[in-house]
Amino acid sequence: MRSGRLLSPEKTIEGKLLQKFRGSERLTDRLAAVLIKGCAFVAIVALVLIFVFIGKEALPIFTSPEVRTEADLGKLLLPQPERGFVWQPVSERPAYSILPLLAGTLKATIIAVVFAVPLAVAAALFTSEFATPWAREVIKPAIEILAGIPSVVVGFFCLMVLAGWLQSAFGWTYRLNATTAGIGLSLAVIPIVYTVSEDAFSSVPQRFRDGSVAMGASRWQTAWRVVLPGASPGVLAACVLGFGRAIGETMIVLMASGNAAVLSWSASDSIRTFSATIAAELGEVVMGSPHYHVLFFIGAFLFVLTFFINLTGQWWVGRLQKKLRGGS
Amino acid sequence: MRDIKGVTPKLETRALDLFYGHFHALKQVSVSIRPRAITAIIGPSGCGKSTLLRVFNRMNDTIPGVRLSGEVLLDGQSIYSRNTDIQRLRKKVGMVFQRPNPFPLSVFENVAYGPKIHRLANSGDLHEQVEASLKQTGLWDDLKGRLNASALSLSPEQQQRLCISRLLAVEPEVLLMDEPCSALDPIATAQIEELLMQLKTQYTIAIVTHNMQQAARISDETAYMLLGELVEVGQTNAVFTRPRDPRTEQYISGRFG
Ligand SMILES: Nc1ncnc2c1ncn2[C@@H]1O[C@H](COP(=O)(O)OP(=O)(O)O)[C@@H](O)[C@H]1O
Ligand SMILES: [Mg+2]
Repeated sequence: MRSGRLLSPEKTIEGKLLQKFRGSERLTDRLAAVLIKGCAFVAIVALVLIFVFIGKEALPIFTSPEVRTEADLGKLLLPQPERGFVWQPVSERPAYSILPLLAGTLKATIIAVVFAVPLAVAAALFTSEFATPWAREVIKPAIEILAGIPSVVVGFFCLMVLAGWLQSAFGWTYRLNATTAGIGLSLAVIPIVYTVSEDAFSSVPQRFRDGSVAMGASRWQTAWRVVLPGASPGVLAACVLGFGRAIGETMIVLMASGNAAVLSWSASDSIRTFSATIAAELGEVVMGSPHYHVLFFIGAFLFVLTFFINLTGQWWVGRLQKKLRGGS
Repeated sequence: MRDIKGVTPKLETRALDLFYGHFHALKQVSVSIRPRAITAIIGPSGCGKSTLLRVFNRMNDTIPGVRLSGEVLLDGQSIYSRNTDIQRLRKKVGMVFQRPNPFPLSVFENVAYGPKIHRLANSGDLHEQVEASLKQTGLWDDLKGRLNASALSLSPEQQQRLCISRLLAVEPEVLLMDEPCSALDPIATAQIEELLMQLKTQYTIAIVTHNMQQAARISDETAYMLLGELVEVGQTNAVFTRPRDPRTEQYISGRFG
């Protein structure tokens, strides 16, 4: 359809106004872009500065002779004569083996993830695929509110309530231990894994479900065999985020783990994690002492660890996505 | 209504009414679909072609607020009775969608999906079944080396063929196709049409199409719908050359230009 009488848009008043408006729109667009780039830049610079600061304070472990007589890398990681692996930074003969702390951190984190991921992913799959709109309106906010509870409150709950329940259920010697801490941590991990995987399930296109149902698959088969694989990159990303949260979370483990630096395989021994150690000890440590630098070394280690977990996680998510979309 | 002498219809609706909430989408539709033939359903956008197609495998059941009255028969048996097994119905009456929708799985897993959920094959036979289904749609030679590649990496035409293979793997009796070529270029369309001509020797096919030439080329019967009514149905040749209803004539002459 053509009409010869139509004026070219620049010539009408509306056209001119529109052009002017578009011009200012372009300006705000550019301004917004600059602003966003600026923010991203500031965030990256802050990240680098934090790392530089922590790294600088950790460096004496490698460079300062005085610090190294008490705490060099060997003393941190290798078994010491007569004492083995011991974390006793404040004693006549300080010992700085970080292996019990590493074990404690890993135990709590793994228990938390193993406990939280199946629960959260199943709940997310249920809300996205089976729940009635009404149930969804209840479940989703309820779990998301869990994310907003301050971790000190969660920790308090674990310390006062959960620990007692678990102890009487399993007959443990120590009320506060790796499992209590892990389950407490999972309360912080579940909302993250739930929210991110629920998004992943909901964004699986409806036409995949239609295709499956039209072949005579049940809703359950569709959810399990089509929606779950289709959302796998998002679910993996959710797990990585949950893992990062678990490894860095401090308050809950500080309150629910017992804080004894025990090196063992047992899930019912008390533990002491990296994050709780830093939180408990950095306030009272003598500045510049070997203990002080070891705590910063632990901080730097935690920083690098989470950084690499996120990096591998992202790489893996990308690979899954590529495999799913296929080719190039 | 045209008599189909001596042939029992594969699918049949009698005085079918369908409502989306208060919207009357199908009005007193009575149509028979001949076995082992291609029936084309044509008509302007929004006249209820897809809705009618979805009636035959009860895909409308997934839409909230749909009401339906009248009879729908498969091999003379009602498919809307109380004891209809919907999953078995959908295994018999499969559907190909407008937009190719292979699952986000490998080529192999896509074709193996139906046999797995319906437990049609043990794992030894599964491979043969996948191979046979891919051969039926002419995909085998192209894809035999890429069975583990993601189905989403295929070209649109290959994806649509894969969706047909995936259906054939559950040994259906009826193929419902909702504008299966509308996302494809002319060459790919011609190839799919050729495939349908082969498949009609074994399957009953009902195809919705926007493309008049396509209906004329491939179908044995044509049904013309308008505003939820079935205006005319008959042998394709007859409908296109000697339409009985003036509305059909108008549509066809308009569309052929
Ligand atoms: N899910 C739905 N809810 C309400 N109305 C619908 C729905 N699907 C289709 N309709 C309406 O029913 C009529 C027929 O739709 P459809 O069968 O998709 O037409 P066609 O395939 O011929 O283009 C249209 O007017 C459409 O707006
Ligand atoms: Mg349609």
